[in-house]
Amino acid sequence: MAEHQDHADDHGQSYYVKIWAVLLVLLILSILGPIVAPHIAFGFLEAWMITLMAAFGIALVKAYLVAANFMHLNVEKKYISYLLVAMLMLMLLFFAGTAPDVMEHKGQNWENVAAQAEVERALAADGEAAHGDHGGAHDDPAH
Amino acid sequence: MSTTRPIATTRSATGIPTGKLAVWWVIVSEIVIFGGLLASYVMHRIGHPEWAEYASHTNTWFGGANTFVLLTSSLFAVLAHHAAEHGDGKKAAKWLLGTCAGGLTFLCIKAVEWTGEIQHGYTITANGFWHFYYTAAGLHALHVIAGCIIMLIIARQAWKGEELHRVELIGIYWHFVDIVWIFLFPLLYIAK
Repeated sequence: MAEHQDHADDHGQSYYVKIWAVLLVLLILSILGPIVAPHIAFGFLEAWMITLMAAFGIALVKAYLVAANFMHLNVEKKYISYLLVAMLMLMLLFFAGTAPDVMEHKGQNWENVAAQAEVERALAADGEAAHGDHGGAHDDPAH
Repeated sequence: MSTTRPIATTRSATGIPTGKLAVWWVIVSEIVIFGGLLASYVMHRIGHPEWAEYASHTNTWFGGANTFVLLTSSLFAVLAHHAAEHGDGKKAAKWLLGTCAGGLTFLCIKAVEWTGEIQHGYTITANGFWHFYYTAAGLHALHVIAGCIIMLIIARQAWKGEELHRVELIGIYWHFVDIVWIFLFPLLYIAK
């Protein structure tokens, strides 16, 4: 009986270690994504798309693995999953409601002059820094 | 020793122990806090193409090292839960201390990282990107500190064989803190 219990314990622990190993492999892939992206980009699949897929696709998989296996959502009552999905939907609603006014700086009857000016000023400063490159990567963080 | 417990710890309308249900409600509240912050960051990032240059100064290796540390500490937390489920309070306490050590390592790495960035002039007032960077990572670090403190209290109880069900509760919270970092890592360190 005790032997059976020990065996069950070992199996449980090794299962968690395997999940952890998978998470580490995914972490390595997410770091390698932006490095290899320019080399494997082809056709419509551009480097920035590969970087974003590597970054956020892998993050979603990692979060699922932790939630399902470490937080035991896979065996938890459905009530908890419904609660989590409801909150995530709320966040989506928040994003959909506010994002258009933040991501764009002008619309049909409005204009965010300050944001536009800041984007133009910062991009111009970047351009100047690139042309008059004096080797200072950390010259002026505000610009 | 009294066997009477407060009604809140024994009743369960959902079939989920009240303590665990409370932790899940804390987590869904935290989703709104972190979700709101990260959603705001994403929409500003899209609206400000110049942030790509600012983001290029974050150090992916520090972020990656901290992700490794938190994932490992999450493994320790679930192993503590596993030990507690089998009634081994001392083993659970040891794993919790390991988890806590992971949290402290995370904070040390963050301190070194932030020191370098601040010395280079990337302070919280430098621009919008660094506002979000320090606010999001700082709020997350506060949760790491809170988790470590609670974990030490629960580890002490578990060592004495008391309230072993709490090991699972702090574990759920810790995994959530880990998941928040899983999303902060690509947002602040990878998407440049």
